[in-house]
Amino acid sequence: MPEDYLWVALFLGVGVVFVAGGFIANWVARPSHPSDRKSSTYECGELPIGTSWIQFNVRYYLFALIFVIFDVEVVFLFPWAVVFNQLGLFAFVEMVIFIAILAIGLIYAWRKGILKWV
Amino acid sequence: MELLFNTQELIDSINIFLTNLCWNYNIPSWILTVVIMAVVAGIVAGFVAVNTMMLVLAERKIAAHMQDRLGPMRVGFHGILQTVADAIKLVLKENIMPKVADKTMFFLAPIIVFAPAMMAYVILPWSPGIIVSDLNLGVLYLLAVGSIGVIGIIMAGWSSGNKYSLLGGMRSAAQVVSYEVSMVLSILGVIMLTGSLKMGELVNAQKDIWYICYQPLGFLLYLMAATAECNRAPFDMPEAESELVAGFHTEYGGIKFAMFFLAEYANIFAVSAVCTTLFLGGWQGIPGLPITLPPIVWFLIKTYAIVFIFMWFRWTYPRVRVDQLMTFGWKLLVPLGFINILITGLVMVIK
Repeated sequence: MPEDYLWVALFLGVGVVFVAGGFIANWVARPSHPSDRKSSTYECGELPIGTSWIQFNVRYYLFALIFVIFDVEVVFLFPWAVVFNQLGLFAFVEMVIFIAILAIGLIYAWRKGILKWV
Repeated sequence: MELLFNTQELIDSINIFLTNLCWNYNIPSWILTVVIMAVVAGIVAGFVAVNTMMLVLAERKIAAHMQDRLGPMRVGFHGILQTVADAIKLVLKENIMPKVADKTMFFLAPIIVFAPAMMAYVILPWSPGIIVSDLNLGVLYLLAVGSIGVIGIIMAGWSSGNKYSLLGGMRSAAQVVSYEVSMVLSILGVIMLTGSLKMGELVNAQKDIWYICYQPLGFLLYLMAATAECNRAPFDMPEAESELVAGFHTEYGGIKFAMFFLAEYANIFAVSAVCTTLFLGGWQGIPGLPITLPPIVWFLIKTYAIVFIFMWFRWTYPRVRVDQLMTFGWKLLVPLGFINILITGLVMVIK
């Protein structure tokens, strides 16, 4: 098994080297005529006002929180799904209860208006 | 020709040949491993590059013909060298970085977007025996790797120092994490039927009947979630041209932009290949159809058919609004995913 994951490490390396290779080729071949205008931030031809690190909507945070809940739940669902064939009815009922609790959570979030994007 | 059909045998005989070679000439086995790894990595990296060029050209041609235009026609016969010319142009471009950008993050973002796209290719089953490594975590690994890319997108958006980029990056994150949930739920049905996460076993389990017949809802959910995961139209909110210029890669140009492009098309191919494996029987032919094609040809036909469907989506549907996108994901796809799992479980218990 460990050697299987050697391939994963290898492909991570390939991805990094591939991009780095592109950057190096570009570094060798590119012209360089820097100017003040070129390195200003693009804002449809206007001069940008203030920094770009502005406040953004708190919704993003709420969605991230719901995502974490559901993703953790998926971690529980995966092992269950793999062995479901051998477990039969008992496991099914158990998972129905689990999913029902989660569904109540989703409905609660829904009713509270968290899923509404304003 | 015979060997194209029986790729397992081909791989085995190559393995035996190489092992014997090492034995006869007293080459240490780690050298063999390193050489094999280098060759495989080279082949896959080459495939990703060439495949992206082909897909970009195909997309432009398909778009053109769907809109009653001709598309690129000047470079080579019917423009077949257009993307090669584009690639050369992108490599020769000047490196422009905004003054206010966070330099390190700006530089690292394309790497973090591209590397996971590459890592997904570890588990794509091309043909019997031809798979880089049939990990026992298979599908779960794919989902894990697939969601790393979004970190790169947030980094790109945040470090550009551009308001459009920041909004694009944040939207992309919200979108990808939302559709991640429905994607996982759509896959779970298939996992329940097979009882394995290994790609090879998933394909073999579909010898008699493809899972699209048992899991039509799962297939549709996967297709929609995958479109959103790849940030493709109609869910291309992160780079909605009409409101955010180009979203998270507004400030990127030249080779850095090319890397985002490569990652996008590499992802589309990977997602389509996984769809083929999970729902369309992978490398196997259509059951009952008396056509014999090499498995890898079947695999590529099906995968490119799915890729074509993604392109078709893009040139058919208008972009949805960001609130519609979220509503669609959380209020429709997630509940449907749960229902799909429950129905699958119920039917399996009754049987």
